[in-house]
Amino acid sequence: MPTDTLTQPPTAVAPTTQGLHERALRNLGRTGRWRPAEFVFWALAAATFFFLPDQHLLLGEIAILGLFALSLDLILGYAGIVSLGHGVFFGVGAYVAGLISIHMTGEPITGLLLGGVAAAILGLATAPLLLLRASDLTRLMVTLGIAMLFYEAANKAAWLTGGADGLQGIWIDPIFGRFDFDLMGTTSYAYALVVTFLLFLVARRIVTSPFGLSLAAIRDNPMRANTIGIPVGKRLVAIYTISALYAGIAGALLAQTTMFVSLDVLAFHRSADVLLVLVLGGVGYLYGGLIGAIVFKLLQDTLSTLTPQYWMFWLGLILVVIVLIGRERITGAPATLWNRVRGMGK
Amino acid sequence: MLTILIDGIAYGMLLFVLASGLAVTLGLMNFINLAHGAFAMAGGYVTALLMNRWGVPFLATLPFAFLVPALAGAFAERTLYARLYRRSHLDQVLFSIGLVFMAVTATDYLFGSQQQLVQLPGWLQGRFDLFGIPVGRYRAFLIVVCSVLVIGLQLILNRTRFGSQLRAAVDDQRVARGLGIGVAGIFATTFAVGSGLAGLGGALGIEILGMEPTFPLKFMVYFLIVVTIGGTTGLIGPFIAALIIGVGDVAGKYYVPEVGAFLIYLLMIVILILRPQGLIARAR
Repeated sequence: MPTDTLTQPPTAVAPTTQGLHERALRNLGRTGRWRPAEFVFWALAAATFFFLPDQHLLLGEIAILGLFALSLDLILGYAGIVSLGHGVFFGVGAYVAGLISIHMTGEPITGLLLGGVAAAILGLATAPLLLLRASDLTRLMVTLGIAMLFYEAANKAAWLTGGADGLQGIWIDPIFGRFDFDLMGTTSYAYALVVTFLLFLVARRIVTSPFGLSLAAIRDNPMRANTIGIPVGKRLVAIYTISALYAGIAGALLAQTTMFVSLDVLAFHRSADVLLVLVLGGVGYLYGGLIGAIVFKLLQDTLSTLTPQYWMFWLGLILVVIVLIGRERITGAPATLWNRVRGMGK
Repeated sequence: MLTILIDGIAYGMLLFVLASGLAVTLGLMNFINLAHGAFAMAGGYVTALLMNRWGVPFLATLPFAFLVPALAGAFAERTLYARLYRRSHLDQVLFSIGLVFMAVTATDYLFGSQQQLVQLPGWLQGRFDLFGIPVGRYRAFLIVVCSVLVIGLQLILNRTRFGSQLRAAVDDQRVARGLGIGVAGIFATTFAVGSGLAGLGGALGIEILGMEPTFPLKFMVYFLIVVTIGGTTGLIGPFIAALIIGVGDVAGKYYVPEVGAFLIYLLMIVILILRPQGLIARAR
């Protein structure tokens, strides 16, 4: 990083601004470069489509949950906003996508985009509330309050949302008029995976851009970020809106692939679950949400076959243990191990 | 009209007793403990089980409804919570949500998912006339008991040696420790008393709020609202907040039932927009 010029003894010739500029660009480029492990990850994801045809339903759920967790990572991992109500964007996206398919058109891409946009508008509208002398507690309560508000609203507005019975009669046309949604979930999985991948690429570009780096600065020290000229409020509103868009698209994907929306999409446990997913995978490196979704769904699958009614207990236990051991130590373990192995080789 | 007001006040007072422990751990010690409702549930179950399985009279179960959660709270504080005071808020949220999940399913497993019902003693049932207004006896009983608790707590916090030690420990741990105050012991005691009060609130609230395994999740939001709206300076703020929420909720459900719980969340968001630090903010 360019900061090492500061540690040089004063006798050293100061690099010209031109040199500094180039070095900064090079360092920025390095954070954005693709690592081999990332290619492997996506190659494996694509391979699951061909080699695990029986698991497409589960895999589709994983892709959607991964996208949802990714959206939370954008605000929590990169901007340090703690939210207990992220599920509201997921739910709004799901309901809007469902309503569009019933009242307007069954064309999936339209529903997907409009679901995302609706959530983004809500995000943009509620983001200023997060900036109020922002303490973590106020943020938690405001996000939680908004989520509960929408849950109650969807519950009461039965004429629009179907209330507790859920939104029925959703029908989604084939994608591009060619790929029909089948019962095995094959089309759904391909659809969800492609959407998640494309949005991941965009998110990756966002967080490695100067905009993304300024978010990290805000996360680490808002006051200092403000003094070096970063418009803290605007940046937080922007990333919150983007994150809401992502969550809305994830919700729309769920509505379209299951062709059903119930109140459950707005329930508190959605917001808590997605937090857990992200923590399982690790906060602040984009893959955390995706890996967390895989771990979470597999855990849920095994635990709920072992103890159908009480799998939440084991989930709670895992959370408690993770926190007591320390999140950094768990997610950092592979890296530490790798460094140690490399160190022994030298 | 006045009956609704009195019902609302009783409800609010109950909320305050339930949330007072949280007002100290969250408000003063700045620890986000979403599992507070689990201790309240423990108290409620102690009372319900003692009454229904062993026929212990209602009033006699209340001390146990205080003691059992208090001991559980002290144990949990020493073994688990004490390690997390210095951790990030995210860690605290995750940890306490984990505890809630465990408490909910464990209770479901042990006692079943049905509502726990209790039979109140005869002298607490029915209504009586107070200057021509019909008042539920149990509501009046709640108001009296909770008022005594509120005044007692306020006196302990502001007038006793323990209270001033606690306030010192909360304001500046290092200096307090330097003055020879046993900060760890004080925090443990406070946490235990807070959990005990939650348990007592849970027991008193069986009749009004109900008691079932999902209790900690269902009422978590209410407790948090009381504390965040109330502000983090002492117990007066949360007390006023609890009364506002109590009266607002009862009146809202009576006059505009179609809006329901909507009103409470809206009220909270509006108050937090106007006063982000809560009703009574710390003077700085």
